[in-house]
This record gives sequence, structure tokens and C-alpha cells, in this order.
Amino acid sequence: MAPILEVRNLVKLYPRVTAVDGVSFEVEEGRCFGLLGPNGAGKTTTVEVMEGILPASSGEVRYRGAPIGRQFRSEAGILFQKTALQDFLTVRQTLSLFRGLYPQGYDIDELLQLCSLQKLADRDNRKLSGGQQQRLLLAVALVNDPAILFLDEPTTGFDPQARRNFWKLIESVKARRRTIILTTHYMEEAQRLCDEIAIMDRGRIIARGAPRQLLAEHFADVLIELPRDDFPASARDLPLRVIEGADRVEITTNDLDGTLKALLGAHVPLRNLRIRPPNLEDLFLELTGKELRP
Amino acid sequence: MIRRLFALWHARNLEFLRDRGSLIFTLLLPLALVVGMSFVFGGPERAVFKIAVLTDDLGSVHHPFMSERFVDFIPIDDLAAATRKVARHQLDLLIDPQPGGTRYWVNTDSPKGYVAERLLLQADPGAVRQPVSGDAVRYVDWLFPGILGMNMMFSCLFGVGYVVLRYRKNGFLKRLNATPITAFEFLTAQVLSRLGLILVVTTILYVGVGFVIGFHSAGSPALLLAIATLGALSLIALGLTIAARFSSDELVGGLLNTLTWPMMLLSGVWFSLEGSPEWVRFVARLFPLTHILDAARAVTLDGAGVTAIAPHLVYLAVTTLVFLAFGAWSFKWRTD
Repeated sequence: MAPILEVRNLVKLYPRVTAVDGVSFEVEEGRCFGLLGPNGAGKTTTVEVMEGILPASSGEVRYRGAPIGRQFRSEAGILFQKTALQDFLTVRQTLSLFRGLYPQGYDIDELLQLCSLQKLADRDNRKLSGGQQQRLLLAVALVNDPAILFLDEPTTGFDPQARRNFWKLIESVKARRRTIILTTHYMEEAQRLCDEIAIMDRGRIIARGAPRQLLAEHFADVLIELPRDDFPASARDLPLRVIEGADRVEITTNDLDGTLKALLGAHVPLRNLRIRPPNLEDLFLELTGKELRP
Repeated sequence: MIRRLFALWHARNLEFLRDRGSLIFTLLLPLALVVGMSFVFGGPERAVFKIAVLTDDLGSVHHPFMSERFVDFIPIDDLAAATRKVARHQLDLLIDPQPGGTRYWVNTDSPKGYVAERLLLQADPGAVRQPVSGDAVRYVDWLFPGILGMNMMFSCLFGVGYVVLRYRKNGFLKRLNATPITAFEFLTAQVLSRLGLILVVTTILYVGVGFVIGFHSAGSPALLLAIATLGALSLIALGLTIAARFSSDELVGGLLNTLTWPMMLLSGVWFSLEGSPEWVRFVARLFPLTHILDAARAVTLDGAGVTAIAPHLVYLAVTTLVFLAFGAWSFKWRTD
């Protein structure tokens, strides 16, 4: 099947910075594609070029085989990191305004229900809480029942409860076989929502694949995590696979018993040791040597 | 406290100085005003009165009144045209200094005409007042369309300009850019929204204030509505061309001021440009407001029909399209 979106050798230069440095990937229809990376990695710039908001310095983006144009704008839904709405409008009026800009889309009441906004329908959009405002912005992004939905760090600043609620909403969109492009620096979010991810650092993609597959490629079954101070220099000579973090070290292994015995043998204190399955955060650390959220 | 104050003062100065566009316009605007005023009021002495002399050669006329200062003497040899201008407050006084005695024409409703008449009679007590042919127009009737037009101009330019600027700065325009809407559609929607508002406000003012001052239009109200509609369209579109690109409040404010001040001074809101240098009148004719006021006064004062004011209407329609096209072409959805 032809991909719904293709990005080819995308470069975006600013006077002193190369924000995106030759990025290529494609997204299959109906999949959730995640762009991961720390602040400043080039995620938002990449996405805004894909959305047709920013011009590319070179390279191209194709939607259903054609350059980004009117068809794309009519079929795409976009949730920016920061968006202001028109003042003095209620939630319902805001949705009506955007609904009026598209030939096709949801009925307003349906949309209010989908995004749990029924009770807020007549409230001034400036008087919503952060989570409510983001639900409204998601509703705005969904107003045309988009074939492809862009979500740029949609849950930044949310409390854990609001974040989980928002994920449920996204999952309901996903269940309707809509394509989703998600940028985030929350690994848990990417692991829960994305079918495929690309990890970005300094304007480049440094790894790409299904989250599970990427983890299997880079890690053994389990991770042993130790505070850095508990890991003496003598232990570094042990035949272990060690990933160094800022304040911790991680050892990845398929042989938990053997590794623990070796650590005890090297007099490594184990009272602060944690054993857990590897996650995308570990993957990022392994790939870049940096914590994802410093 | 002084340190904090200085820190804020310094940061603000830096912001202002680095915003080149605003800086240039802050300097240019007063300069343009000074240059404009000096030409409008021209010469070493600022003329207070505009007095026409019925002659084709001003140098050949010797009359005691002509030594008065602060008076602009304008030669006119067409009596009918000159008396009409007196009736329409475009001239304060018209004198015809003949060897046998001086005749003069004045609109008794004109405050400046009244003072000019006193001065003339002091210099030449024997001068004889002649009736002004046709309806002498009250000053307030001459001024009223100017005030309405000026109000319209401010509302059109600032109302639209700052709204678009705010939308761009807070990212609302960027969000709209992600929808199928085009710049031309967005601008047209803004124009129509503001047009409706302005027509309602102007109609209320026209009816309300007109009733209070006893204003009566000689010509068709429908024609006045057409002038107001086309005029507002042209001014709104002009405001949009200013707001089409920029993201700086100060730059847009400067540009809007640079437009509104000359228009207010040169479009004939307050005084007629009779006797001003030709190039000043040429500049004035470029302004939409000049055409709005000329057409409106022709209708309200002289009862002009559609053919008489057609050139003004065409000018307003054409400038609307030109401004809108330019605005759409140069439009920017997001800040840099």
C-alpha cells in the first residue's frame, strides 16, 4: 500500500542553525507515527514543514503521492503546541467557526461528545482550564474528520490524570483507522500510542521502527539500574553491557542471576538496585548518551 | 528601585531600537507632518484666511485690504465659480475691487468669513456686500460629512489593522493557515465584517447627529450609502495592506499614523485646499478620503447625481481591489 505521507531528505536551515538535517521517512495510512526527541531536536520544525506551515529549505513532503496542497489542508487536522483562538467565542461557536472552513466533517454535537466537551459547550473559550482548552483544540483539529491528524506535544504540562484521559481520546481516534503523527518527549505516551517511532536528535533521525522492535534490537531482556555512586571503578572491568547516564548506570542482560552474582563479587552494593524491562527512555539514553528530559 | 527601573527602561529602549521599522516610522512621521504642514500653510507667513480677488492678475490690483498679513489672496476670474466656493466654505471671502467701489461676497454663516468681513470693512469702509447666489451653506453642513468621513477612516484603518496584527501575534492566523482558507478569503471576511459595523455606526451618526444639527442632504441618501460603502471598503482594504505582513505593534501603529494624519489634514475634513500648491492637491487626490468627502459633499450640498460623482466611485472601487490584491499577495500568516 502506498504511504499516506512521505518525507524525503527534508532540510530546514535558519540563519545560524540547521534545525532539520536531511530527514526521510514515510507513514502508512491508519498508523500512529511518533517523532521523539528532547527539546530542540527538530521535531516541531519537521512537523510544521510536513503540515505546510513552514517552507522547507530543501527536500519534499508528499501527501497521497502529491505535494502538500489544498487537498492536504482539507483532509488534515492539526493540534499545534501553542494555539490562540478567537476571543469572546464560546466552545460551540469556536467549533462552528472551524467547521465552517471545511466542506466535510463532524456535526458539532457529535464532536462535543467525542471530546467530552458537552458541559462546556456554552463557556467562553478563554475560561477553560489547560486540559479543557487542549480538548477543545483537539476538537478543532478533528472538526473536518481528518484522514491525518498531527499532534505536537499534545499533553505537555498536563497532570497524570488529564494525560491519561487525553490518551483515551487519541485511542478512540486511532480505533477509527485515522493516521496520527505525534511528537512528544514523553516516552510512556509514545509507547502507549505509537505503532512506529523515529527518534530525533540534533535535526537527524537516529533510530526508527516499532517501539517493541527497537527495544529488542538494542536491549537484552531486563535492565538493572544502579545509582552511579554505588558503581565503583573496579566494577567497570566486569564483562557487562553498561549504559552510562548522568546519575545512574544501567546494565542490560539476559542472564539476571549471573550478572547479580558478578556485581556481588565486585562488592557493588545492591540496596538501591532496580530491575525493570527496558523502555524508550533507556533507548534514547543508549543512542545519544543523553537523558531525554534533562 | 532605581536599578530595576533602569533595567526595564534599558530593555525597553533596546527592544524599541532593535525594531528598525518602528524606529524609522517614529522618526519619519513627525518629519512628514512638519513638511506637510509647512507646504499646506506655505510661505513665510501662515495664512489664516483665504480670500479670492476677482481678477486674472493679482499684481495689478491695489487695494488697502491687500496689505493685510495672514491672508492668502487667490486670483479668480469666474464670478459664478467664486461665489459658489464662498457659499461652500471653500473661500472665506470674495472681493471685486473696482475703481468706483469694492464689492464683496461672504457666506454669513461662516465664522472665518465674518472675521474676514470685519477686516475688509476696516480697511475699506465703503465696500458693499453682495448676496451669495444660490443657497449659502451653513458651516456645520459643510463640516458634517468631513467628521463622519474622518470617523470612518480611523475605524477602518485602526480597527482592522490592529485586529489582524493581534491574530498574527497570538498564533490564531497560524491555526487558520492550517485550514483550507486562503489569504484573500480571510481578508475579504475581515473587510465585510468591518464594513457592516462601519455602515451601521455611520448611519446612526448620520441620522442622530443630522437630526440634532438639522442637517438636510440635497441629494439622494441611497447615493450617500453607496459612497459610504465604497469608501469604507477602500479604507479597510488600505488598513489590511498595512497589517498584511508585519508583527510589530509599533511599526503598524507608525504606518497607520503616517497614513491617517496626512489624510486628516489634506482630504478636506477641516478646511478646503483652495489655493494650496498643485502638488499638495495632487497628493490629496490620491487619498480615498478625499474622494469620499468630495463625493459626499457634492451629493449633500449640491444634490449631485450618480454621473457627477461617478469618477470618485470608480476610484474608490479600483483602489479597494488594488489594496485587497496587494494585501493578499503580501500576506503573512505567522510571525517570523
